[in-house]
Amino acid sequence: MENYINLFVKSIFVDNMVFAYFLGMCSFLAVSKSVKTATGLGLAVIFVLGITVPVDYLLQNYVLKEGALTWLSKDFASVDLSFLSFIMFIAVIASMVQLVEMVVEKYAPALYTNLGIFLPLIAVNCAILGGSLFMQQREFVNIGEATSYGLGSGVGWFLAIVAIAAIREKIQYSNVPAPLRGLGITFIITGLMGIAFMGFMGIKF
Amino acid sequence: MSDKEPLFSKKNLSLLTDPLNSKNPITVQVLGICSALAVTAQLKPAVVMSLAVMVVTAFSNFTISLLRNGIPNRIRIIVQLVVIAALVIVVDQLLKAYVYDVSKQLSVFVGLIITNCIIMGRLEAFALGNKPIPAFLDGIGNGAGYGLILVIVAFFRELLGSGTIWGYHVIPASWYIDNGGWYSNNGMMILPPMALITVGMIIWVQRSKNRDLIED
Repeated sequence: MENYINLFVKSIFVDNMVFAYFLGMCSFLAVSKSVKTATGLGLAVIFVLGITVPVDYLLQNYVLKEGALTWLSKDFASVDLSFLSFIMFIAVIASMVQLVEMVVEKYAPALYTNLGIFLPLIAVNCAILGGSLFMQQREFVNIGEATSYGLGSGVGWFLAIVAIAAIREKIQYSNVPAPLRGLGITFIITGLMGIAFMGFMGIKF
Repeated sequence: MSDKEPLFSKKNLSLLTDPLNSKNPITVQVLGICSALAVTAQLKPAVVMSLAVMVVTAFSNFTISLLRNGIPNRIRIIVQLVVIAALVIVVDQLLKAYVYDVSKQLSVFVGLIITNCIIMGRLEAFALGNKPIPAFLDGIGNGAGYGLILVIVAFFRELLGSGTIWGYHVIPASWYIDNGGWYSNNGMMILPPMALITVGMIIWVQRSKNRDLIED
């Protein structure tokens, strides 16, 4: 139990998707103009990451990895399909996003109209694919670890986008040099927040 | 446009050069930021990454543009993702075969070219409505615009952070404090957040030169 919690906290703060790896930057910059939409998108990302990482973990360990197909037949012990992982992962992500979209549309129409175009865009949010690829690279021992990593990364992304949205709402009232307005100052603020988040780096779990 | 238009007509040439400055994918269109920042601690991975992105953008633009009249609108995202993913797999295998050490350094970011918004963005905005050759040039141009920013950022980060360019030392060894000099590398530049701040500075410089780009 303890290592699940450690992994969860570590993936929120130390390995934060946005500040440590810059994943999901595009939607992070594009959707962070108001806290409300940022919250909605953040929640959707937590949900999708929480599902796709464990599903891709199962795929990786029972289909793609070298020798992963031995449960089917002993003859497949030397089959290595890992070069197919990109296309498999992206297929899982795209179908999951489609599924989430349909569920949200049916049961929470208000949220659906609020999120609008951003929901399908989650499919091409690099934080989602990045989560699966990091999962593949780190070789977690069981699905529980993969799940807590996925959820933790989602929460980290959620925190980051809500924080930057709150700052951007305030900064509209400040006198920023004209060429820096909008995109430029957002980059610099994100950089400064990244430096602040590096304070977590020394913490050992 | 007519079929007899020369390959490097003014219009086609502007497809190549616009993305370098006034329509730069990173600093103006805000596409493809994720990978741009993560691979720029040194010049070498940045150049390899730019080439990979340029190849994938150009060829996926070309392929989708060839197929554009045959793709049903509802499933176009899936079709695009399949084309991109297939190209990225090829690029990934090539990198692993010929420049293994750089490919290790780039780690997941090669795979993440699939979700690089430059590629999807150009497919949606350009390839779906244009002929294959202009689409190919547009892909090259946008890949180059992306590469340009990557190389600038990587140049400064590597020079100030490690005192090297392309792995060669350019700061004389006698300047360093260890050798009785006055200079020391700025370790901060190696850290990820400085990439963001460097891009912010580039935007600042670019927009003060080119006032049309200023927001608000």
